[in-house]
Amino acid sequence: MAGDAPLLDVRDLSVSFRSGGRDVPIIENVSFAVCEREILGIVGESGSGKSVTAMAIMRLIDDPGVTLRGSVRFRGQELTTLPQKAFRTIRGREIAMIFQDPMTAFTPVYTVGWQIDEAIRVHERLSKAEARARTVRLLGDMGVPDPERTANRYPHQLSGGLRQRAMIAMALSCNPALLIADEPTTALDVTVQAQILDLLRNLRTDYGSAVMLITHDMGVVAETCDHVMVLYSGRVAERGPAAAIFSQPAHPYTAALLDSIPPLTGPRPTRLPSIAGAPPAPLERPPGCAFAPRCHYAHAACDILPPLVRCAEQEVACVLPGEGKALPPRMTERVEA
Amino acid sequence: MTDILKAHDLCKDYRLSHGKTLRALDHVSLTVRSGEVLGLVGESGCGKSTLGRCLLRLTDLSSGNILFEDQDISRMNDRALRPVRRRMQMVFQDSYASLNPKRRIGDLVAEPLRVHPDANGKKRSRQVIEVRLEELMDLVSLPHSALARYPHEFSGGQRQRINIARALALSPRLIVADEPVSALDVSVQAQIVNLFTDLKEQLGLTYIFIAHDLAVVRQISTRVAVMYLGAIVELGDTDAVMQTPAHPYTMALISAVPKPVIGAHDERILLHGDVPSPISPPSGCRFHTRCPKAEGRCSAEAPALRDIGNGRQVACHFPLH
Repeated sequence: MAGDAPLLDVRDLSVSFRSGGRDVPIIENVSFAVCEREILGIVGESGSGKSVTAMAIMRLIDDPGVTLRGSVRFRGQELTTLPQKAFRTIRGREIAMIFQDPMTAFTPVYTVGWQIDEAIRVHERLSKAEARARTVRLLGDMGVPDPERTANRYPHQLSGGLRQRAMIAMALSCNPALLIADEPTTALDVTVQAQILDLLRNLRTDYGSAVMLITHDMGVVAETCDHVMVLYSGRVAERGPAAAIFSQPAHPYTAALLDSIPPLTGPRPTRLPSIAGAPPAPLERPPGCAFAPRCHYAHAACDILPPLVRCAEQEVACVLPGEGKALPPRMTERVEA
Repeated sequence: MTDILKAHDLCKDYRLSHGKTLRALDHVSLTVRSGEVLGLVGESGCGKSTLGRCLLRLTDLSSGNILFEDQDISRMNDRALRPVRRRMQMVFQDSYASLNPKRRIGDLVAEPLRVHPDANGKKRSRQVIEVRLEELMDLVSLPHSALARYPHEFSGGQRQRINIARALALSPRLIVADEPVSALDVSVQAQIVNLFTDLKEQLGLTYIFIAHDLAVVRQISTRVAVMYLGAIVELGDTDAVMQTPAHPYTMALISAVPKPVIGAHDERILLHGDVPSPISPPSGCRFHTRCPKAEGRCSAEAPALRDIGNGRQVACHFPLH
């Protein structure tokens, strides 16, 4: 990627919340980059800090008790120190975001079309009619049947899948370079999820947008993302090309997570390989590797926080590769779709 | 294998405003064999939860019969149902909402033991209850100290263990688990799925396992029933249904599940549109509006659920196998 500056460059992003007189670290030193037209998947379990990372980038965490450190550069421009007013020209226009629950992201008192028109007219000098024409075109592009009529409907009159399409249409209304999608398909049924994922995959060719896809579902990542970052308890466990991570995960957490997904084909194991225990709460996070208490391979060296080191094609926060004990490739049944 | 539960021709209608009705269950018949795990899968609104609730009489039926251990429970009043309820229990999706936050785990799990008399029709003594509580904690692998704590002190997975312990308190024969692992993280989900499997072996339980996640259902079930818009469209042995689905909907559903393997989605069947509204379901076969194989007959004539051999049933005019 030398010479090709990334679209979004996040370095050492840390967010902590003040609670009960203590600083609670939510995410610690998270670094990653998203290139033009790339789909980056951010995976992790609940509480791993995936949504907080997105909210911090979008500057949507507005609380006096929050401390934010690190740098977020978008096309070389530092976003964390940008004045609110200047940031507003970027948010919504250059970087857009969609959320898990479109019902709460739309206001129930205006029609879907009205809200998309408004988003367009905030950022661009267009007449109402021009804005509506674009809204209808966008809804049509998103696979909404009868877009003119749908634009005049209220959010509660649409199905979950249609609402999510309308929200993606709104996010794309100003042709953003980066779309942050926070669990966009989690509330949807699988057959509808498949349609929305298809839509997200095609954004780079149809709209030239890069996507930062936040999800807890490894299947969704495998089917859509070029690169993956795995978060565990607010820290980066592993990041790298999706193909490498799914064929040979380097972090024991990634490997165990993939193992614990019940297979859809091939022989059924009598018991699922599971990870004992649960992720630590932010205040109980060990000073060393956060996964060590649940890890099969944990040993004395894990008491010191492992830095991200290169291992094959990916980078991993684990001492094993350095000790010459890299994990074996993943055993998978070839899926015949 | 004997049948523990037989449901025949169940219908459940909800009356809506403006004289409309929503048919949540449309002539559903199924049999649950003793000792099996019957998986109920389908998308939201397909009626899988309604069916689970109706089978336990938590929701009243509009029509149809349910035989539980050869006893017709479909018209029983609450009083008559009480002794039956001991033998059938439910585990819900939201582990937090199903536990009263103001009460200790010991109280919550002991409640069924206090409410229901023991096998001799006598009230259980405090000592008996305490011994049973500790047994239950052992069964679900929680420390005895958990009994003195409150629901908020536990993680989602642990709370689900508590719910399972409470469901097991009266040693039921049948457990209906409604999306018991859907709200859990993957790493914890595997623990709870394993716990269900272990408990079934240990206690000889029968489950009706309701979930939208096909991979989880495949892992735990011996048979699967696939539902669409209030009706069963396919039913059969898990491996047979998952490997060679006979209904085009089952096929599309399996194909839509994102697989955690690179390059798996290449030959996906992409269904168009959403599930139609159950208030005005399509004519004929309810799936014909989204079915890639639909023909003229499908919109005119509703296919009945019929046997296609090897205990498989499918509701399709043109089954794939």
